Amino acid sequence: MKPDPAVVETFIQKAEAVSAKVVRVASPEAAFAYAVDVCATKEACQLLVSGCEAPLSATAEALCETKQEKIMAAPNLPEVEFGALEKLCREKSIGLIKDDLRSHLAGIDIGFTRADYAIAETGTLVINSKSEALRLATMVSEIHIALLPVSRLRATAFDLTEELKQWMSDPADYTAMITGASRTADIERVLALGVHGPLELHILLWEEC
Amino acid sequence: MQTVTSLKAYKANVDEALRNRFQRQALDNFAVTYPTGRANAFAGMNIAELVDKVADIKDRALGRMDELYAQFKANAEKKGIHVHLAATALDANAIIADIAKTGRATRIVKSKSMTAEETLLNHYLESEGLEVTETDLGEWIIQLRHEGPTHMVMPAIHLSRHQVADLFSEVTGKRQETEIERLVKVARRELRQKYVEADMGISGANFALADTATIGLTTNEGNARLVTTLPRIHVALVGLDKLLPSLEDALHINRVLPRNATGQQITSYVTWITGPTPCAVADSGRKEMHIVFLDNGRRALAKDPVFSQVLRCVRCGACANVCPVYRMVGGHQYGHIYIGAIGLIITYFFHGRDKAKNLVQNCINCGACKAVCAAGIDLPRLIKEIHARIQDETDHPLSSILLGKLLSHRKLFHQLLRTAQKAQAPVVGENGYLRHLPLILSKEHNFRALPPIARTPFRERWPKIKPSVANPIQRVALFAGCVQDFVYPEQLEAGVALMTRFGAAVDFPMQQSCCGLPALMMGEKTAARDVARRNILAMRGSGVDQIVTLCASCASHLKHNYPQLLADDPAMREAAEQFSERVVAFSSFMNDILEIPADAFRSSGTQTTYHAPCHLCRGMGVRHAPHELIRKAGLAFVPAREEETCCGFGGSYSGKFPQISAQILESKLADVAATGADLLVTECPGCVMQLRGGAEKKGMKLSVKHIAEAVVQTLEKT
Ligand code: SF4
Ligand code: SF4
Repeated sequence: MKPDPAVVETFIQKAEAVSAKVVRVASPEAAFAYAVDVCATKEACQLLVSGCEAPLSATAEALCETKQEKIMAAPNLPEVEFGALEKLCREKSIGLIKDDLRSHLAGIDIGFTRADYAIAETGTLVINSKSEALRLATMVSEIHIALLPVSRLRATAFDLTEELKQWMSDPADYTAMITGASRTADIERVLALGVHGPLELHILLWEEC
Repeated sequence: MQTVTSLKAYKANVDEALRNRFQRQALDNFAVTYPTGRANAFAGMNIAELVDKVADIKDRALGRMDELYAQFKANAEKKGIHVHLAATALDANAIIADIAKTGRATRIVKSKSMTAEETLLNHYLESEGLEVTETDLGEWIIQLRHEGPTHMVMPAIHLSRHQVADLFSEVTGKRQETEIERLVKVARRELRQKYVEADMGISGANFALADTATIGLTTNEGNARLVTTLPRIHVALVGLDKLLPSLEDALHINRVLPRNATGQQITSYVTWITGPTPCAVADSGRKEMHIVFLDNGRRALAKDPVFSQVLRCVRCGACANVCPVYRMVGGHQYGHIYIGAIGLIITYFFHGRDKAKNLVQNCINCGACKAVCAAGIDLPRLIKEIHARIQDETDHPLSSILLGKLLSHRKLFHQLLRTAQKAQAPVVGENGYLRHLPLILSKEHNFRALPPIARTPFRERWPKIKPSVANPIQRVALFAGCVQDFVYPEQLEAGVALMTRFGAAVDFPMQQSCCGLPALMMGEKTAARDVARRNILAMRGSGVDQIVTLCASCASHLKHNYPQLLADDPAMREAAEQFSERVVAFSSFMNDILEIPADAFRSSGTQTTYHAPCHLCRGMGVRHAPHELIRKAGLAFVPAREEETCCGFGGSYSGKFPQISAQILESKLADVAATGADLLVTECPGCVMQLRGGAEKKGMKLSVKHIAEAVVQTLEKT
């Protein structure tokens, strides 16, 4: 199903308005290459630019030091795709993990996910996050990169109620609506990105056919 | 958190808050930018419809509270969620402490929850030996400072980056710089460690969906997601008022909530949690999940015919954002735990009369909160209702009883005004203002010059000026109100001249008296009702098309409060409705009904700005007509940025809280000065008194006029 181009436009505009980066990609492979490129060229720890050198208390410092190499997490990729991404990562000496994100709570460079749906009205991604690994990938990563097949785009949240209710009728569910990066304005109402969650959100828009 | 017991102590706290320059500046900036952000977020949407929808959804859910709870519980238990119902705040705290103990949890991370603030959960858990860390940045900051929030959405809005840097230096044991970006990262990394250690996470919930036993959380920082994911136990503390039938209801509310709160279309994260999800560190491989529903008066409140609407509140905080009093004094003085207009009301229900009794007096009745409420709650009216209720339950102060009695006896009241007029004669200065303040007023009232009582009130001038119009196109009865009748009769004369000139036959029924708003403001409902009856009877039988008043406060009181005050009076209900339908503000009458033409005026080109009286723009919904009249009268209109912000008068309010009134006036006059106008026009004698008196005191070159006075001056002679 091809969505209305106006809906796609709205989505891009709304997502960019909350500082998400929207990039069109031709294929999942192109998306992987994009993610690996971002990971390879980014600072080892994104927090550097804005305060890794800031002194911390001893315990927080200790946690930070557990992070050594560059890590990408891709918990919800199908087997074959994971393999393809892994190959690219290896070439750049990036560690790619699928689960056990708890061993990397100090920080993961890139969380790579496939979004289930998106909502144009607000520029929102919808990700079914029943798996703990997937939840953590979108929470503790410094950069969250999400692959979004254009066919999954809907005009408003109301166009998704059936699907969402289906998920919620399961014995356990965790559904995330994600719009832009983690943000706060709690100090002097000045906007700062990346308070607890990702500092950046990149959305890779993939037009399947 | 406001806890003092006497009004005197409360005023002392307020004085201190008024001297807090950083907070004043921060709140001022916010008050100025918020309306634009909100308007942009709602661009292209019909706000009134969205708000009605929220009100409707919440009202229906509140009417089914017990049923929805039962449904939620049954569905939740099928999914393995433990559901608890706490009758009181203390019960809720005890249940949560017990969950921690049974689960051998000692370290707790928490995401933001006003409900947990309500129960003072952190204090309780800490007293039970548990370590609790707030993870929302603002909440963490105030937790470290041992303070309560000063705003429901931005709990640390009162603090500067310097204060935060000092605080973080203390916490980390290392000197921190004041750059906000860095401070945020310091918090990120310090708190990350807390999540890792924690074995229990506590969240609130914005929505509880009965059909799937799902809770919905809206956050920007993402801390609630970590709190509900990393620790092996998750407890959600949820007010019963958060129950909704289904997801669609929540989605509708969520279209309004973030837009109204912070001008965002949606928050960064909206998280829907159903049942115990997988959790690697739990023995069972799944989370232990508890939902504690809090009653604490909500079930009774949901059944209250007058007050149930307060439970519609979605905690967007907007009623504080626009409140002129909050803007001056901040959240610690404008709420006990819940802040802003809604805080003044629910403090009474959740925390008791003693915590509410001073707060409810500190509302200027400007209506800004009602106009912006995400759930369409009639906040100013309910604040007055609580005020009256508290006075009925305790004692009415003598001053308020006397006022009530006086207003109920028109002749006595008018006689007193005439006596006062004679007594003041020696103190009227050459500038036309009182040279000394009347003795009953302290020096705190000295921020504006006060006018004397007129030598001849309007009611005595009437027989002489009474016009006669042949073939009138409209017949109107003029309602004067006390301030214009006894202080500014010239405003009424100007109004009568204009109405007559454009073909209206004006009558002035002599039995009319004060509209009764001051009595209502003082919590004297019986007196207010009494006066309403008399005025309706006085204006009856004159066979008029409209009842016109030049006082915005009278207009809105006559129109909206009379039918409400007399709704339970079978003899008067219908008369009150009919009366109310005919009440019209002066500028609407001139512009919309008489449709006066611009060519009847000569162009003067005077730079003119306008102050919209609260009770005119919001109370009567009249915004356009005064602008049009100014233009038609040939004046050069320069709108002020904060045209609709209160001037700080508020009738008896400025008598009770003169310091706050003075500060609100100060901001208002600065906004007026910024337009460069020579003439300030408004449409309420109270606003004229405040603004003219303030401008005089400051020595501003600004003439302040009632719109009738301004317009009559450019009328072409016939
Ligand atoms: S009516 Fe005005 S002063 Fe009173 S609470 Fe609402 S906004 Fe504040
Ligand atoms: S009362 Fe209305 S404006 Fe105030 S917080 Fe509640 S919903 Fe928002």
